Amino acid sequence: MSDLELAQLSMWSLYSAMGVFTLAMIGYATYLAGLMPAKSEQAERQRELVTAGAPAEATTDGATIDGAATTDGGSAAAGDGAAYREKGDIDTEVPLRARKAAGIAWALTVLGTVLLTAAVVLRGLEVHRMPLGNMFEFAITGSMFMMLAYVGWSLKRDLRWLGLFIVGPVLMVLGFSITIWYVEAAELMPSLKSYWLVIHVTVATISMALFGIGAALSALYLWQDRVEATGTRSSMNRLPGARQLEKLAYGLHIVAFPLWTFTVIVGAVWARQAWGAYWNWDPKEVWSFVIWVVYAAYLHARVTSGWRRQNATYIALAGFACILVNYGIVNVFFVGQHSYSGL
Amino acid sequence: MSAPVRNDKITQPRLSSVGWLRWMWRQLTSMRTALLLLLLLALAAVPGSIFPQRSIDATRTAQWLADNPKVGPILDRLGFFEVYASPWFAAIYLLLFVSLVGCVLPRSKVHWAALRNRPPRAPKNPERLGASLVETVDGTPDEVLDRWRTTLRDKRFRVDSHDDSSVSAEKGYAKETGNLVFHIALIGILIGVGIGHLWGWKGDLILPVGKTFANTLARYDTFAPGPWVDPTDLKPYTLQLRDFEAHFEEDPSTGQLGMPRDFTAHVEFTPAPGASVQERTIRVNHPLETGNGTVFLLGNGYAPHVTVRDAEGKELFSDTVPFLAQDNNYKSVGAIKVPGASPKQLGFAGLFLPTGTITDQGPVSMFPQPLDPHLALTVFEGDLFPGGVPQSVYTLDTSELTQLESPDGNDALRIWIKLGETYELPGGRGSIEFDGLERWAGLSIRTDPGKSLTLASALLTLAALITMLTVRRRRVFVRVSPVEPGANGQARTLVRVGGLAKDDDDGMQDEVVDLAEATGRSKDRE
Repeated sequence: MSDLELAQLSMWSLYSAMGVFTLAMIGYATYLAGLMPAKSEQAERQRELVTAGAPAEATTDGATIDGAATTDGGSAAAGDGAAYREKGDIDTEVPLRARKAAGIAWALTVLGTVLLTAAVVLRGLEVHRMPLGNMFEFAITGSMFMMLAYVGWSLKRDLRWLGLFIVGPVLMVLGFSITIWYVEAAELMPSLKSYWLVIHVTVATISMALFGIGAALSALYLWQDRVEATGTRSSMNRLPGARQLEKLAYGLHIVAFPLWTFTVIVGAVWARQAWGAYWNWDPKEVWSFVIWVVYAAYLHARVTSGWRRQNATYIALAGFACILVNYGIVNVFFVGQHSYSGL
Repeated sequence: MSAPVRNDKITQPRLSSVGWLRWMWRQLTSMRTALLLLLLLALAAVPGSIFPQRSIDATRTAQWLADNPKVGPILDRLGFFEVYASPWFAAIYLLLFVSLVGCVLPRSKVHWAALRNRPPRAPKNPERLGASLVETVDGTPDEVLDRWRTTLRDKRFRVDSHDDSSVSAEKGYAKETGNLVFHIALIGILIGVGIGHLWGWKGDLILPVGKTFANTLARYDTFAPGPWVDPTDLKPYTLQLRDFEAHFEEDPSTGQLGMPRDFTAHVEFTPAPGASVQERTIRVNHPLETGNGTVFLLGNGYAPHVTVRDAEGKELFSDTVPFLAQDNNYKSVGAIKVPGASPKQLGFAGLFLPTGTITDQGPVSMFPQPLDPHLALTVFEGDLFPGGVPQSVYTLDTSELTQLESPDGNDALRIWIKLGETYELPGGRGSIEFDGLERWAGLSIRTDPGKSLTLASALLTLAALITMLTVRRRRVFVRVSPVEPGANGQARTLVRVGGLAKDDDDGMQDEVVDLAEATGRSKDRE
């Protein structure tokens, strides 16, 4: 196949992926709308929370052993238990239509992810290198990693409630990538011709994808926290509880943060190869440093006594805002050695 | 028992100066302060990406200051153009590191003690801890405890007993170790950066094809040594630039026509006087190690070869003159200085254009390759080096020079010559010939003695970070007591297990259950 044909195929694949993701997004939205509890259910839920608040309820894990012991009975842990149980019988309460929508959305998500991966691979074949040389390639590869992470994680646990908040942003990034960020396939400039490109940028992209999912979970946590505090009737009631959402977000951040650390270290090693000094305070380096420091602050804030989890989460979201600045603004508008966007 | 003494006066503790210092130290080393300093550090780093930085691009900084005469000087005084060398940036990171040391040292002491101490005594009712399990199993209490000890040791717990009916176990010390190592390694990075700053140096030079560079201070165009560098220590190797290859995008359909694609400098490297000559290449991403600095290829450009003759045709000047590229198509500026001209010294200033043409905006270059090389020059005469002050080789100091006018006297004299052409200067001043074209390589030679320490510390940081984020610190306590024997007379024991985890740890209950199951299995094996 010629490069031109590969380019055609890659773009078709990308457009198809976007179409499929659009349908998946509608499916997830329908699912979430179907989670909205009816008024009577709401009352029942309140009762349930009250009973769950009482101590001495055996956890499902402990029950496997005879004479299962009690939990510590703290209200926080009980809240967690409520969330777990809710998840357990979520399907019996959710209307069939919503469940069907989620099933279709999941199938479409998998299909879209396959198509997106194909688009990235075809682009790589077309340009004879890792497709990580400009904004467009970076965007589609990053989206691919985000979708792969979501699909992979979904195989382990029920994440249908998260689908809308992953597929939606990915669709937006892909939209940007084919419009304002699109760059024709071309050879790289000399400083990018290095095996470090593959290592540095691939890990950076994976890290950003995970930070992205972490940010979605963080935002959901803050939302859920408000819903729980005010007792509002909402689809959020059927999502995992605030405490659990916060833990999930933290779990993603502690994977993404070492990856980002690795990105910065490898970037420094490469900078020394290409530009003569491992750290030049180039705008991109400045922002990578800022991102690292902000997420470090998040990890600190989370264990600082007297700091609420909510405030720590705001720092994590600030970190993701810095990632968006680093990618969307620094690449395009700031003058520096990382000006590889091709725009 | 004596009655408590009543004292109605409110006594406020009075802090001595040492007390105040201790209070300040506590504040500085608290987590909240560290957190605040971290956020401040992130915030303070941002202006350096927005404003041009003098250490990175002095020309752009000067331009910015010229464009913003009002706010420019104020920002300059506040250090916004040298953010990473400014006192306030230094203050933040130094405070952060002081805070870090103040936090890490006492914690290291505590952790050191914890590493050598036994796990604490089991509580009376371990089943009241966060994760717990109560079961009745076969065997005497001693047998059961032994089984638990074995299991816990297998699962890498540190196991101890404070009495005959309990076991205390703890694991995950590596979490705190990782945490401490992470912070100490950050100090290592700072020290590495400091060493590089004090003992590192960098020198830049422009080397046209055919010329030779000898590693002595005088041959560098700019040389920036660290404060503790002895510049006379340079090792006398030489580099001769034999050839320079440059490739640019030639396919217009990519939308990137003329973008750089590959640069290669072919050099002859002589490591020491009298040593054998080595053929080497220097490319972007492939620097040359010399043993006394690493040679990086950071720039390139054109050096037109120009010959200036007097009216009798005697050669006054004949050399390659490097011009500095201004845009992606290598529109370049430079100056040709002919001090040997008489009666007055001659100076030419202007542009070199590899693919030159004249448009409404003046001379421009259409492509970076030398498809149609042109020089666009204006001419000056007078004193080239007023006062003998050092000056740039790329510009003329026109303070003691007068510009030549065109023959009709309406405009400045403008010379537009292509490669191979000669221009006769008016008034019997002789001629200038554009008789050759070479490329030059912009080389930067640098050493950084701190870089290995920085890299090692950074990698240690990463390893420690992964350790501290993945390892969990868990304590398990087991208490046993005998109960009524079973129907067949078999001894039975009540086991009460409690698990305690640092931070919130969803897996603690699972751990306790897994341990109990493993212990049960080990009994079955017996």
